[in-house]
Amino acid sequence: MHPLRKQRLWVVVFIVAFSSLAVALVMMALRENINLFYPPEKVLAGEAPVGKMIRIGGMVREGSVIREAGSLRVRFDVTDFKGTVPVVYEGILPDLFGEGQGVVTQGKLVDGVFEASEVLAKHDENYMPPELIDAMGPDHPGPKKKAP
Amino acid sequence: MMWPELGHMAMILATLLALLLVLVPLFPTLFPARIARVLALSHAGCVLLAFAVLLKSFYDNDFSVLLVANNSHSLLPWYYRLTATWGNHEGSMLLWALVLSLWMALVAIGVRSQTEQFVSRVLGIMGSIAIGFGLFILLTSSPFERVLPDVPVNGADLNPLLQDFAMIVHPPTLYMGYVGLCVAFAFALAALWEGRLDASWAKHVRPWVLAAWSFLTIGIALGSWWAYYELGWGGWWFWDPVENASLIPWLVATALLHSLAVTERRDAFRGWTLLLAILAFALSLLGTFLVRSGVLTSVHAFAADPSRGLFILVFLGIVIGGALLVYALRAAALVKPVRFAALSRETLLLVNNVLLLVAAATVLLGTLFPLLMDALGQGRYSVGPPYFNLAVGPVLLFVVALLAIAPVVRWQSTASGVFIRSLRLPLVALLLLVPVLAYVLPAHDRLAAIAGVLLSAWVWVIVVQALWQRWRSSARMHPRFLSMLVAHTGVAVTLFGVVMVGLYGEARDIRLAPKETYALGAYSFYLESIGSRTGPNYQAVVGKVLLIEGNDVRAELYPEKRHYRSGGKPMTEAAILPGLMRDVYVVLGEPLDGEAWSLRVQVKPAIRWIWIGAAIMALGGMLGIWAKRRTDSGRAP
Amino acid sequence: MKSLWRFLPVGVFVLLAVFLYLGLGRDAEHIDSPLLEKPLPVFALPDLSDPDRLRTQEDFKGAATLLNVWATWCISCRVEHPFLVRIAREQGVRIVGLNYKDDGTAATTWLQERGDPYAFTIVDADGRLGLDLGVYGAPETYLLDAHGVIRYKHVGVIDERVWVDILQPQWKRWQSPGGQP
Repeated sequence: MHPLRKQRLWVVVFIVAFSSLAVALVMMALRENINLFYPPEKVLAGEAPVGKMIRIGGMVREGSVIREAGSLRVRFDVTDFKGTVPVVYEGILPDLFGEGQGVVTQGKLVDGVFEASEVLAKHDENYMPPELIDAMGPDHPGPKKKAP
Repeated sequence: MMWPELGHMAMILATLLALLLVLVPLFPTLFPARIARVLALSHAGCVLLAFAVLLKSFYDNDFSVLLVANNSHSLLPWYYRLTATWGNHEGSMLLWALVLSLWMALVAIGVRSQTEQFVSRVLGIMGSIAIGFGLFILLTSSPFERVLPDVPVNGADLNPLLQDFAMIVHPPTLYMGYVGLCVAFAFALAALWEGRLDASWAKHVRPWVLAAWSFLTIGIALGSWWAYYELGWGGWWFWDPVENASLIPWLVATALLHSLAVTERRDAFRGWTLLLAILAFALSLLGTFLVRSGVLTSVHAFAADPSRGLFILVFLGIVIGGALLVYALRAAALVKPVRFAALSRETLLLVNNVLLLVAAATVLLGTLFPLLMDALGQGRYSVGPPYFNLAVGPVLLFVVALLAIAPVVRWQSTASGVFIRSLRLPLVALLLLVPVLAYVLPAHDRLAAIAGVLLSAWVWVIVVQALWQRWRSSARMHPRFLSMLVAHTGVAVTLFGVVMVGLYGEARDIRLAPKETYALGAYSFYLESIGSRTGPNYQAVVGKVLLIEGNDVRAELYPEKRHYRSGGKPMTEAAILPGLMRDVYVVLGEPLDGEAWSLRVQVKPAIRWIWIGAAIMALGGMLGIWAKRRTDSGRAP
Repeated sequence: MKSLWRFLPVGVFVLLAVFLYLGLGRDAEHIDSPLLEKPLPVFALPDLSDPDRLRTQEDFKGAATLLNVWATWCISCRVEHPFLVRIAREQGVRIVGLNYKDDGTAATTWLQERGDPYAFTIVDADGRLGLDLGVYGAPETYLLDAHGVIRYKHVGVIDERVWVDILQPQWKRWQSPGGQP
């Protein structure tokens, strides 16, 4: 074979080999590390998998936030007004967490309770996770608006 | 005085000048090529005027300007009033345009060795981008809109998150990098246009890419640093879509730098270099689209507006689609096969390029995955940091392992005997290091930590050996070689920080009442009291935490929870005890039952190495520019 | 044949652009009110000028109405207000105000100072009706037909361009009680 052609062949073989390795790595990482979003309504309808990492989101129900004395454990209900899911979490809640506020939590469903490993509140008053807008329609000040 | 109207006029004029600039190379019989330089400079002058007017409106608290009314406040200190100029969508787009015009001016002044026709084509291509952004600003996001006749008495204030030093410098630096890649893009397209790529092309593009790359590196590092101390989570990288939007062009620009080196020295990889030059800027435009359109929502996203998004998407389609099509049609004429051996720097850089592109593609996929799945009706997914760490991490580690041996691999071919001989000493040094590390490093994750630190040391050792050899043989070291060594050292420094923080960073959410203590590793945190404090435009709850090491009080830390008067949301101010080998980071959570508060305490070993490494990388980049200047003047008769 | 490889980047980009376009469309849909093509939700809220009088969804029947969500703290509303006053006076457009999460006194002063384009103003102090409507921010305007059914929603400031290009045609279309597409 012509040496230049041989060189090109090697280059192609090498690129293909590496890219497929990378694709395999990516597929594996994707399969393990993506989480589907479920609104509470779907969780109650039994559509959400049990014991698998998922995310649920909605509004923190008014009056539902209860702190356990002497620890950082907290329980609250997440609702989309069509269904309500109890959530437990241990740790510091984000600054913008509050009753009547939008929230997205990541964790696992265990015995009908959502054990959250992460709680994300809206980053600021202009931001609402797209999932929430879908799930319930927003009630919060949009970008056009600034608090007084 | 109608200052804002003047700014608006200046912007219109700037866009018209950009249009003329595009016409110059298109109709060479009508316009002499050299007026392109004049046009580019006048364009830059107009944009600068528009920007200065906006700065003035912010400085003067002119609340009749809608943008000022929405994003500033008369109580803000003057420097934050100025930086509020780009802390919003309209202003940041104007900054984009300003930076672009600045690079155009630099090209107009600085490029002396190319033909006037080539320069006019480069400027014309950059001018077409300037038209796009000019129209975008004028049609969809004018910063000069007025609130008339009812001028508000005061403004709505700047987001407290953005009232910060790093916020002053982060966006301009990042934009210098993003937009600076436009020069390489224009050079590549101009070469395709001419159908000619001479040996000096790569030599002349490289300093531009180095400059843009250095800015981008510093910009990304500043953003990471800001997120670390300001967002209160103690992380340095969140794989947030906007962070990714800057990382992707950085990875591709890094690949481009290396590919350019091959094209410059060996006249190889021409087609590949051209493609990378186009891709690097295309991806930074794509990043702008992702941020501005609100397609992906994140901490940084300003107002989501589909009409703006559509505008940028169409613009993107024309610029990127057009450039890639030109590439597909014309690149064949410029490509020239060059031979090199399997063990040569060419091969090494080829592997580096493939790996960097794979990493960039992986980040891009993870960023866009939720969007793709949604468009395909597959439901709403989120892709978390574990994906990126798992998919991108190993690839980048491999890149580091290879970049370490760069100094001992020669162009064209390296005899395997020489290669092995020059690696013998470094390998022995690493072996000797293993027991030391095993003794020093904490027990958990020891194997992974040893591997990580060894990888970092691998780079160091070979750099030191290379320096030593040059010193002993008293051979003159080429500044370009030195710039490579410096930049690679920066990577090793960053890697060390990443490994240490990743494996030995500790974070605990705890509950503490005053006079209680919590022990974490070698440190104890004693909450002495919870008090309050009044700032210029906020009210804060302040915790006083004593950091105890052994029997000594190492530091007093004052984490705060601030309530700004202008807005209802509380802000967390972390208290940080910085150190070269470890940071201690305390955040005040929320009041619990009784007197107790929740706190997050963290110990972050060597986190500062991450940003110091980035600074060293950028320094290496700048050395590379200097090297080019030196060799230029050295060769001059 | 081998030069076909060079078209790969363009191809990938075109595919990506299509997805991004779909992503944009997705975003635009979010702004749609969940109540589009549905009657106004049931409510009973006080009138701004006469707090004892309760306004309900029944007050919207009989003529096409613009329901304008506004507040004194909303800066963009200041921009919009004079235009609303103009179309109410000059073109006889029936506009009802929804004073959203606002202070009643400030709102009354505002209307005295800047003119009152509203047939009446509903006070939604805690944002409950806004929540039911799916209000995204202020200003925001809903077009209701003569039966009180929501026909269109506009997010953001109404100015000359928005009115002439978008809202006025819609308003004319739904104006008569028998108004159909």
